[in-house]
Amino acid sequence: MNPQPSSSACGRLEAAWEVLRQIPDPEVPVISLWELGIVRDLRETAGGLEVVLTPTYSGCPATELIQDDVRAALARFGTVEVILQRAPAWTTDWISEAGREKLRAYGIAPPGRVLDSGAQPIRLVHRASLSKLACPRCGSANTEKLSAFGSTACKALYRCLACREPFEYFKPI
Amino acid sequence: MSTASIKVGNKADVHYLLRVADACLILSQRLGEWCGHGPILEEDLALSNMALDLVGQARGLLTRAGQLDGQGHDEDQLAFLRDERQYFNPVLMELPNSASGNSQPGDFALTQLRNFAVATWLQLLWHELQSSSDAEVAAIAAKAVKEARYHQQHAADWVVRLGDGTDESAARMRAALALLWPYFNELFADDAVSAAAAAQGLGPQWSTLQPQWQAQMNEILAEAGLSLPKPSAYVPSGRLGIHSEHMGHLLAEMQYLQRAYPGGKW
Repeated sequence: MNPQPSSSACGRLEAAWEVLRQIPDPEVPVISLWELGIVRDLRETAGGLEVVLTPTYSGCPATELIQDDVRAALARFGTVEVILQRAPAWTTDWISEAGREKLRAYGIAPPGRVLDSGAQPIRLVHRASLSKLACPRCGSANTEKLSAFGSTACKALYRCLACREPFEYFKPI
Repeated sequence: MSTASIKVGNKADVHYLLRVADACLILSQRLGEWCGHGPILEEDLALSNMALDLVGQARGLLTRAGQLDGQGHDEDQLAFLRDERQYFNPVLMELPNSASGNSQPGDFALTQLRNFAVATWLQLLWHELQSSSDAEVAAIAAKAVKEARYHQQHAADWVVRLGDGTDESAARMRAALALLWPYFNELFADDAVSAAAAAQGLGPQWSTLQPQWQAQMNEILAEAGLSLPKPSAYVPSGRLGIHSEHMGHLLAEMQYLQRAYPGGKW
């Protein structure tokens, strides 16, 4: 889903892409905004650059910080305008394979695939039932959910019953 | 930004969007009151996280309503500088977190039951708004529908756990259901505003969401061992700007900073 710079782009634009791809996510700095899949486009304007980003959660408090980070990182290319584009809505399916691996190595279980965006029935799951989510540290599937919400809007909290370590899960959305 | 109160015009599309935006905004304010007071840390986090999602949804719709209203009001001005009669949320959203009227301690059963009813409604509404004739509203809805589903799932779990729990938790859930039941009617009451919105393809008539909402409520309430109260004829009129006695107090707290320090920013 991520756009690629066009082959006709001049060196300046390519240099800007290079910088843009390296900017880390402020809340999960182990992956870049690019790997998170929120960078939609980068365009040259008369006075500088225009960056198009897709916000993750409606109320994510990091959204403003991300805009500031992008402006600061690209400041040497001139005036940077950041445009937030809601449609199509961001999904965790846009997190790259490399990004998923980095999350796992960092101790955050990467999101499963979002299979169906249509209406889903309410599922009631017994609390004692196993989560089937693999622990990012030891790989055991013997894990349980501790909290449906976590330290940031995008994560839930789990614990591994094999290695006894708690871990975060990037919620599929 | 001055401290002078602002008013929106009479356009039906603006009012329709504000009814949804204000529903999210005001419930967010109520959920925010739980921050630091949750019964357990996990639920404190959950309620604050859901409040954040709701305020994010409200921001998008307030911005769009401000554009359509055409008076140059942004999301902050619309959130903080209207007077009580200019808010168009259903009264359900502004009810305190407990029957006693106290926010702290709030009643966790009442909070979860309201969250379940509202998330079920919003999830159905956002689903429909994804095909809104207004591209910006459709984009907001496409994002929000996923968040509402997660909120619904979480609240459903609690409604069942408490309703089918101890004598105390079940009694609290029954009391919450009896208290909130009459306020649900307003979610589905059509009028000229919703008719106009439906005619222009902006969003659905409110009543069209009721059958599915009722079915999902019935399913979870049955699972929770809660019986449905008798239908109520009461229809509150928060959507017309006529609110309960609780609204002014809520706004006093919510608006305090912007009224005292006009245009103040972080």
